[in-house]
Amino acid sequence: MKRDWLPLVLIPMLAAAAFPLVGSSSSWVTLTVAGLAMGLMIFVMASGLTLTFGLMDVLNFGHGAFIAVGAFVAASVMLALGTWMQADSLWLNLAAFLPAVLAAMAVSGVLGLAFERVIVRPVYGQHLKQILVTTGGLIVAEQLLKVVWGPDQITLARPTALRGAILLGDIAIEKYRLLAVIVGLIVFAALALTLSRTRIGLLIRAGVENGEMVEALGYRIRRLFVGVFVVGSALAGLGGGMWGLYQETITAAIGAQVIVLVFIVIIIGGLGSVGGCFIGALLVGLTANYIGFLAPKVALGSNILLMALILLWRPQGLYPVAKR
Amino acid sequence: MLRSLLSDDTPRSRWLAIALLAILVGLAFAPFLFPGAKSLNVAARICVFIVLAASFDLLLGYTGIVSFAHTMFFGIGAYGVAIALTRLGAGWDAVAIGVGASLVLAIVLAVLIGLFSLRLRTIFFAMITLAVASAVLILASQLSDITGGEDGLNYRLPMALRPSFRPFEGVTGRLLDYYLVFFVSLALMLALLRIVNSPFGSVLMAIRENPFRAEAIGYRTVVYRTLASCIAAATAALAGALLALWSSQTSPDTTLSFDIMVDILLMVVIGGMGTMYGAVIGAVLLVLAQNYLQALVGDRWLLWLGVAFILCVYFFPTGIVGRLRRR
Amino acid sequence: MPEPLLSLRGVKTNIGRYHILHGVEFEVAEGGLTMLLGRNGAGKTTTLRTIMGLWRAHEGEIRFAGRDIAKLPTPDIARLGIAYVPESMAIFGDLTVHENLILAARSGPPDQKRLDWIFARFEALKRFWHLPAGNLSGGQKQMLAVARAIIEPRRLLLIDEPTKGLAPAIIANMIAAFRELKDGSSTLLVVEQNFAFARQLGDTVAVMDDGKVAHAGGMAAFAADAGLQQHLLGLGMGEHQ
Repeated sequence: MKRDWLPLVLIPMLAAAAFPLVGSSSSWVTLTVAGLAMGLMIFVMASGLTLTFGLMDVLNFGHGAFIAVGAFVAASVMLALGTWMQADSLWLNLAAFLPAVLAAMAVSGVLGLAFERVIVRPVYGQHLKQILVTTGGLIVAEQLLKVVWGPDQITLARPTALRGAILLGDIAIEKYRLLAVIVGLIVFAALALTLSRTRIGLLIRAGVENGEMVEALGYRIRRLFVGVFVVGSALAGLGGGMWGLYQETITAAIGAQVIVLVFIVIIIGGLGSVGGCFIGALLVGLTANYIGFLAPKVALGSNILLMALILLWRPQGLYPVAKR
Repeated sequence: MLRSLLSDDTPRSRWLAIALLAILVGLAFAPFLFPGAKSLNVAARICVFIVLAASFDLLLGYTGIVSFAHTMFFGIGAYGVAIALTRLGAGWDAVAIGVGASLVLAIVLAVLIGLFSLRLRTIFFAMITLAVASAVLILASQLSDITGGEDGLNYRLPMALRPSFRPFEGVTGRLLDYYLVFFVSLALMLALLRIVNSPFGSVLMAIRENPFRAEAIGYRTVVYRTLASCIAAATAALAGALLALWSSQTSPDTTLSFDIMVDILLMVVIGGMGTMYGAVIGAVLLVLAQNYLQALVGDRWLLWLGVAFILCVYFFPTGIVGRLRRR
Repeated sequence: MPEPLLSLRGVKTNIGRYHILHGVEFEVAEGGLTMLLGRNGAGKTTTLRTIMGLWRAHEGEIRFAGRDIAKLPTPDIARLGIAYVPESMAIFGDLTVHENLILAARSGPPDQKRLDWIFARFEALKRFWHLPAGNLSGGQKQMLAVARAIIEPRRLLLIDEPTKGLAPAIIANMIAAFRELKDGSSTLLVVEQNFAFARQLGDTVAVMDDGKVAHAGGMAAFAADAGLQQHLLGLGMGEHQ
């Protein structure tokens, strides 16, 4: 059987449809790159969440906390390495950027471990309580953020060498967005390779389909789940760090602001499917940017409309995982 | 007579009864017991939030639906009155039109959401309500022509409710305004008690416990849940209208923000899900905390409430009311 | 007498509020094939799932190879050397046939000799080796499910209704495969509705009725006793499938 390529086609279709609406080709390229960059950042944040849900039927409404923590940790590291950030050298900038996002991932990962053990584990299988408890976790986490970092927002300037845009003729491509695209693609490649080539990836894919059978084959799926949860929260931290730098102002509510888009993305993609999440994220990023240009007031509404349209076409999302 | 007023849903605990009585007396005589503009404001807000939290308890505690879009209905009620008073002048006809329009909009939206989403799993539904609520919040900020944008609307209240109105010695419009809020809130609370203690309420609770069995017995769960959503939405809209009539200003921050959603979640869970009285206790606690706790524990009172919330979900699902009733 | 490989004593399992097993008792000796028969709803699948730990017995004892396994988590039970082929087959449709078998072969890459045996018996698996298992037909999925259970040596194979919904030709293939399996080193406990299939393969039989084992003994004796079959399975003369 051929693989189901149809959803993938949606991306160029959307881009092509936007072209006549946008008008100028230079704007179109700028918007498309912006959309891809935003989409990939959201993908990084959402991928862990969709796997966690697919694997153990757990949706962490507090996922935004990992995003926010990532943003704050990355910002603090970058502010501490301020001179490298301000230096007009790409290598020094990256030398500040890299530890910042690695720290963000580490702290978010640890927070994820604590979250799973304390908040999520006692309520496996009870969806109502899960929603309530993870929302409570979000509230507590946001307050703790304010305790540690203070209630004010943090302003962060993008690294000097990554400011501004590359000019290709008429077209301006922001350098930071290119970096976001590269990082996002690396994450996607790493996830895709892990899932398709490694035994753990095999276990995750099988577990998403039928966790019970995986256990009956002798694998302790609980440990696998904790691992996936932690990796998911670390990725959310990475996404948060990048998003914070993108926005340049960071508040404790930063996770909550973007979590709605994350939810829309995983619903579009199909809960449990990394591939679907990838396509969904790109679609959402592109839509947000195209509509943001054409009719800014309805940008979020247009993404909800996108979600509704896709659900009408495929009610379980783009790549529904065949469940037990 | 008291029993039938409370629809046979008595406190069933001495401490709870005492607390409720104290709250009732405190609110009924607030202008005299706690004079001052700020205290009266707190009292009025408590009345409004009791109704809002109770309407959310109907949804969460009695029907088992988690909806993050509940504040949307609150905002619709508030903006309905606000826009009417702004556009149509400060008269009671404007208020009536505003309330009427927002009730219709709230119910229509509740039906739409119910029909399309209630068939979905709990988690899907919750996520979608979150998305819709965010969209409405942004919409309210963007449609500045209608809603006044981020700053909201400022308007004049009908003559009888203005502070300057003095029909008799010692009676001002502000006092009348407060008692309007108080009595309407009381009536709505009693109405909700009546609803949850009716056969309709029993069916809701059966559906909450075991939707498959309820469906098997013959109750069309989607219909019941949609009805419950409509009642909850309409009540929330009325609460919003009351707030608009009290505050003479309405903005996204005061009616649609997620902080409010978090607040009513805390109120209902900590107070006690599925008890109605829990909403009362929770609302009183939270509004008092918001206004007075800051002085005691500093800015992070919400942190402790969040922890209390989590503990309640794990250990005390029936919240404070449940604990009091156990004695 | 050597201790039986598997023994259940007084096993009671509830699912939610429903009492399914009311005190199951039987033994499976090492080697050979035991058929677990009974009408619909007698509790056969529940018994297998309880042995595997997917459902918990709230009372009773389950011993395997001398160990009490009633309270062990499912992965640990599997690692003691029990393989399970559920009624629904539970193959991973998104994974290829090859990947399904990689997962099933816990200790390393699948053994070539075993693969050759599997390919010889279940030729379709070779054809679909690199294709998603979801594309297989019902019969082919059943073959894959059985292949998963035997890709590595296991002491006990629990197989739930392997012939359900299969065409007669494929059933014949299954019978031949099972015959070879039981002559190897594995012990098989097979749930079946199809008595014709059961009597060809079973060495011993345990018949369940209403959550308990109503009869246990040799297959030959049971197959000769039409009255007993009628009583326990509701089979009249000529009602074999």
